[in-house]
Amino acid sequence: MDILQIIIVIGILMLIAKPLGNYMYHVFSNESNRTDKIFGPIEKPIFWIIGLKKRAGMSWRKYAISFVLTNVMLVAVSYVLLRVQSGLPLNPNDIGNMEPTLVMNTVISFITNTNLQHYSGETGLTYFSQMAVIMMMMFTSAATGLSVAVAFVRGITTKGSTIGNFFEDFVKAHIRIFFPLSILITLVLVGMHVPQTLDPTLSVTTLEGATQQIAIGPVASLESIKHLGTNGGGFFGVNSAHPFENPNGTTNVIEILSMWALAAGLPFMYGRFAKSKKQGWVIFSAMMILFLVFLTIAYTAEKSGNPLLNGLGIDASQGSMEGKEVRFGIAQSALFTTVTTAATTGTVNNMHDTLTPLGGLVPLAEMMLNVVFGGKGVGLVNMLMYAILAVFISGLMVGRTPEFLGRKIESREMKLIAIAILTHPFIILAPTAIAFLTDLGKGAITNPGYHGISQVLYEFTSSAANNGSGFEGLADNTPFWNISTGLVMFFGRYISMIALLAVAGSMNRKQWVPETLGTFRTDNALFTFLLLGTVILIGALTFLPAIVLGPIAEHLTIR
Amino acid sequence: MFQAIKASFIKLNPVSMMKNPVMFVVEVGTLVVLLMTIFPGYFDSEDRIGFNLTVFLILLFTVLFANFAEALAEGRGKAQADTLKKTKKEITANKVVGSAVKTIPSTELRKGDIVIVKQGEMIPGDGEVIEGLASVDESAITGESAPVIKEAGGDFNSVTGGTRVVSDSIKVRITSDPGETFIDRMISLVEGAKRQKTPNEIALNTLLISLTLIFLIVVVTLGPIASYVDVELEIPVLIALLVCLIPTTIGGLLSAIGIAGMDRVTQFNVLAMSGKAVEAAGDINTMILDKTGTITFGNRMASEIVPVGKASGDDAAAWAAISSLHDETPEGRSVLDWMKRNNKLYDAALGEGGTFVEFRAETRMSGIDLKDGRQVRKGAVDSVRKWVIAQGGAIPDNLGKEAERVASLGGTPLAVAVDKEIFGLIYLKDTVKPGMRERFDQLRAMGIKTIMCTGDNPLTAATIAKEAGVDDFIAESKPEDKIAVIRREQAEGKLVAMTGDGTNDAPALAQADVGLAMNSGTTAAKEAANMVDLDSDPSKIIEVVAIGKQLLMTRGALTTFSIANDIAKYFAIIPAMFMLAIPEMKALNVMGLGSPLSAVLSALIFNAIIIPLLIPLAMRGVAYRPMKASRLLSRNLLVYGLGGVIVPFIGIKIIDLIVHVWI
Repeated sequence: MDILQIIIVIGILMLIAKPLGNYMYHVFSNESNRTDKIFGPIEKPIFWIIGLKKRAGMSWRKYAISFVLTNVMLVAVSYVLLRVQSGLPLNPNDIGNMEPTLVMNTVISFITNTNLQHYSGETGLTYFSQMAVIMMMMFTSAATGLSVAVAFVRGITTKGSTIGNFFEDFVKAHIRIFFPLSILITLVLVGMHVPQTLDPTLSVTTLEGATQQIAIGPVASLESIKHLGTNGGGFFGVNSAHPFENPNGTTNVIEILSMWALAAGLPFMYGRFAKSKKQGWVIFSAMMILFLVFLTIAYTAEKSGNPLLNGLGIDASQGSMEGKEVRFGIAQSALFTTVTTAATTGTVNNMHDTLTPLGGLVPLAEMMLNVVFGGKGVGLVNMLMYAILAVFISGLMVGRTPEFLGRKIESREMKLIAIAILTHPFIILAPTAIAFLTDLGKGAITNPGYHGISQVLYEFTSSAANNGSGFEGLADNTPFWNISTGLVMFFGRYISMIALLAVAGSMNRKQWVPETLGTFRTDNALFTFLLLGTVILIGALTFLPAIVLGPIAEHLTIR
Repeated sequence: MFQAIKASFIKLNPVSMMKNPVMFVVEVGTLVVLLMTIFPGYFDSEDRIGFNLTVFLILLFTVLFANFAEALAEGRGKAQADTLKKTKKEITANKVVGSAVKTIPSTELRKGDIVIVKQGEMIPGDGEVIEGLASVDESAITGESAPVIKEAGGDFNSVTGGTRVVSDSIKVRITSDPGETFIDRMISLVEGAKRQKTPNEIALNTLLISLTLIFLIVVVTLGPIASYVDVELEIPVLIALLVCLIPTTIGGLLSAIGIAGMDRVTQFNVLAMSGKAVEAAGDINTMILDKTGTITFGNRMASEIVPVGKASGDDAAAWAAISSLHDETPEGRSVLDWMKRNNKLYDAALGEGGTFVEFRAETRMSGIDLKDGRQVRKGAVDSVRKWVIAQGGAIPDNLGKEAERVASLGGTPLAVAVDKEIFGLIYLKDTVKPGMRERFDQLRAMGIKTIMCTGDNPLTAATIAKEAGVDDFIAESKPEDKIAVIRREQAEGKLVAMTGDGTNDAPALAQADVGLAMNSGTTAAKEAANMVDLDSDPSKIIEVVAIGKQLLMTRGALTTFSIANDIAKYFAIIPAMFMLAIPEMKALNVMGLGSPLSAVLSALIFNAIIIPLLIPLAMRGVAYRPMKASRLLSRNLLVYGLGGVIVPFIGIKIIDLIVHVWI
C-alpha cells in the first residue's frame, strides 16, 4: 500500500509537470497565445498604473536592481505592519505587536521565500498580518524567485543584451500562475473542510466539561499559496501537521503536488526556452534520480523504526511513528518530508526533529544541495549552475574549451559561479561553528549530543537554502537566533541570485558557438550522470564531515 | 633533472608560490606543522612529534613534487633556449653609412639600418633583402640543413638574424631593434619567461581557488562543531584533511600541463606566440587551407607528355627529358621519373657536355644548350612561343588547343622546344598528398570544416576538392577572399585557422583565430600570425589543432581525476579522525585501514605521490585519437572520472598496508 501511494503521487506529478512547464513557457516567452484573452485585460490596467507601457527588456543589472528594490519596498511595508499589528483591524484575538528582532527575522524569512517561523501563527499574528504580510509575501517572494529563474533561463538561452523585464515577469507570475492556481486550490481545500473565516478563535466546552480554545482563521487561502509558492510558513505553529491545515490524506497529496508540480515543471520550461526538450529532460532526470534516492532512504529509515525502541521489544511494525500523524502514516510522511525539503518549501506534516537519524539526514541533505527540484525557480537555477560547472570541469575532455548551450564558459562566469558555490557552505558552516562556540547558540539546543549538531546544522541549512522548515526542538526565538538566521536567509537568497543573474547577463552577450560533432553534448544520459557526479562531488562532499558528526554519528551510535 | 630538483626548492619561496594558490595553502599548512614539530611545547604536542614530523615531510614533498613538475616542464624549454642563445653571440655587422661601410657590433643596429652580408657571414638581425639574392642556411632556427634562397622583392625577402649566408651577398634593411628579434622572441617563448596564463587556465584557476576556499571553510568550522560532541581534532590531522581535499593534483600539475603543451608545439617545430593560440587551436571549427603545398604537393608532377604539331609522342618525351637532364627542380625531376615509369627511352648522351640554363623569372624557361649548338628549352607556353617566334620558327596549330585542355583539367602545361620547333607539352599535374583524405575525414569527425583556397578555376578546384575530400572550396581566390571567408565564419561564432606565407596573407593571418605563418614567408606574415612553422609545412596546421585539443583534454582529464579522488580520501580520513572519540565510526572505515594514524598518513602519501606519478601524463598529454566528441567524452570519463574514483581507494589501501607495519 505504502509503495502504491508513493507511486501514484509521483505518477500524477509526472503527468502534470510537463504541461505546467509548457504553460510557464508560454507565460514567459512573451509571445502572444490563447491565454492572453483571459489574462490580458487584467494585466493591462496594472501595467498602465505602474507606467509600464513598453515593457522594454532589461540588462541583468537593471533586472537585479528592480527585483531587489521591489523586495526592499515590500520589506519596509511589512516591517511597519507587524510592528503595529495590534492596532490594525482584523485582530479579533487581541494579539500584541511583535518584538523587533523577531519582526526582522520574520520579514526576511518571508521575503526570501524561506518562511522560517520563530513565532507561532495562532498566538503571534493577527488575521490582518496573516493576510497582508504573510500571504502577500508568500505571493511576492515566490513570484520574485520565479521571475529571476525565468530571467536566468532567458539569459543562457537567448542572444542579445536583455534578459526580460522584471516588472512584466513579476506581474505575469502573479496573474497567470499564482492567482489562478491559488484560487483553485483554496476552493478545493475549503471543500475538504479546511477553515476559511475571519471569526475569532472558538471557545468550546469539551465532553469533559473543560473549556478549550480552538484557533481558526483564513487558513485555506494561506495554505494554497504556502505550497504553490514553496513558502511553507504555516498558519498554525505546527504547520501542515495541524488537522485544520491538512485534514486528511487527500489534502496531503494535494499539498504535496502543489508544492512540487511547479518546481518539477520548470526544467521543461527551460527545455522549451533552450529549444531542446532533451535539455529539459536531462535536468528533470537528474533532479528525479536524486529525489528517488533520498525518498528511498527516508522511507526505509522511518519504516524500520527506532532501533532503541525496537530493542525494548516495542511493536515497530508501523515504523517510527514518533512525531508523525497517524492519519498520514509512514509513506505520506516520508514523501511529504522529502518533497518539502526538495522543493525547499519547508512546510511539515510531521516533526523533523523526531525523524530517525537517517530519515532526518534526508531533509538536511536535500537542503544542502538545494537542487532537487528546489524552491520557486531557485532549484532550477542552481541545477543549471551545476550543469555549467560540470561542463567546465569535464567539457575540456573533448578537447575544446568548455561551452554550454553554445556559449563559452570563461573566467567571468567562473568567478560569479565561485561566489555562488562558496556562499552556500559558508553561510551554513560558519554560523553553525559560531553557534557551537557561544553559549547563546549552544543554549538553545534541547537534545545534546550528535542530535544537537543536527538541530543547529538543520536550522542554518534551512535558512541558507530558503527552505524554512524547522527541525523544531531548537529554542530559537532569541535575539541570537533571530538575527543570525535572518542574516543567513538574506545572504542565502540574494547573493546567489544576483551572482547567477550576472552569469546569465554575461552568457547573454556572448557570441554563439555553432554546434558540431566536436561539441560536448549536454542533452543525453551521459551528461545526466555527469551532472549528478558534479552535484555530489562539489555540492555534497562539502557537508560530509558535518553530517558525519550529526546524523551519521547518531545513527551509528544507536544502531 | 638536477636543475629541476634545484628549481623545485627555489620555487618554495612564498612569493612565487602565491601564484599557485592551491599549493600556497599546502605550503602554509606545511609551515604550521613544521612549527608544531619544532616547538611542541607551545602547541601541547610533545607526544606527537614523530607523527607531526612525518606529516610535515609528506606535505613538504607534496609542494616539492608540484614545483618539480613545473620545473621539469620549464626545463625542457630552457634546453632549447640555450641552443638558440648560442646563435645569438656577438655578430659584427657591415652597416652602410652613406656610401661607406662601417663595421659595428650587431647590438648597435637599429630598425631601418641597412647592412651588407657577404658569403659566410651571419645575418646580424631580422630584416628584408632589398638588393641581391643569396642562399641562406637557416638550420639554427629550423633545424633544416638545406639552404634556402632569399632575394629582394616578393615573398622570399625576409631573413632572420643569426642565420648564415652561404653564397652570394645581399643588402638587408633591418626591421627590428635588438632584443625584439625573432630569435629573442623565440628564446623567451621557449623559456616560458613571459608565459601568461591562458583564458581557460585563469577560469580553471578560479574554480580551483573556490574549491580550496570551500574546503578551508569545511575544515576550519569542523573543529568547533566537533568540540560540541567532545571530539578533539588535532591541527595536523585537520591540515592533512584540508590538503587531501583541495585539488592539489591538478593544482600542482596545471602549469606544467600548459608549459608542456606549448612545448609539444615547439618540439613539432612550430613556434606558438602564446598559449592562448594553442588553446584556440583546440577550439577550431573551420580550417582554411591553401591548395598548393598544403593539400597538394606544390611541386607539380609530370603526368603526361602531349606531342604537338607533327612531332611523335616519343620525340616529344625524349626532348622533354633532355631539357630536364640537369634540372634539379621537382618538376624537372618528375619528368625523368615519368620517363622511367612509362619505359620511354631517350639518348642521355646528347646532353653530355651541354650547358644547363637555369630557370629565370624574366625568361620563365629553363633548358640546356647542347654541345652541337642546339638549344633545348622548356617553360611556360607563352614564353616558349615567343622564344620560338623570335628565332623565326612556326607554331604548331594544336599547341593552343592542347595547352588549354591541360589547363582546364587543372594542370599546368610546359612547352618543350628545340630551336625553332615546338615538340610537345609536359602536362604538370598537382597531386593530392597521400593521406590527406583520411585526415580530412578525421577532421570532419571532430566537427571541423575544411575550406580549400586556390587560384585555380572553379572546375579544377572542384576536381581537386573532391579528390582531397575537403568540405568546401574557394576557386580563383584572391587574398581578400580569405579574409572575407574568415569574417563570415567568425560571424557565425566559429573559430578559424589558416596558414599563409605572403605579405598579402598577413591581414587574413591576423584576422584568423589561429594563423600559422611559414618561416619561409615574409616578415609581415610572420608578425601577423600567432604561430610560425619553422619547417614551412602548411599541412602541419592539422597537427597543431590536435596538439591544442590534447592540451585541453589533458587539463580536463587531470582536473576530473583530481576532484574525483576526494571521495576515497574522505572515506580514509573522516572515520580516522573521529574513530578515537566515537568508536562506532569504524563502520565508515570501508577500506579497512589499519589505524587512524596510518589512514591519515596513507591518504596524505597518496595525495603526494600521485603528483609525480602523473607528471609523465601531464608532459606527454593524454592519448588522443580524432573521434566524435561524445565518444571521446565517454572514453575519458571512464578512464579519468571513474578511474579517479577507484584508483585512490586501491592506492590508499596499498600504502596503508605498508605504513601500518610501523604505525
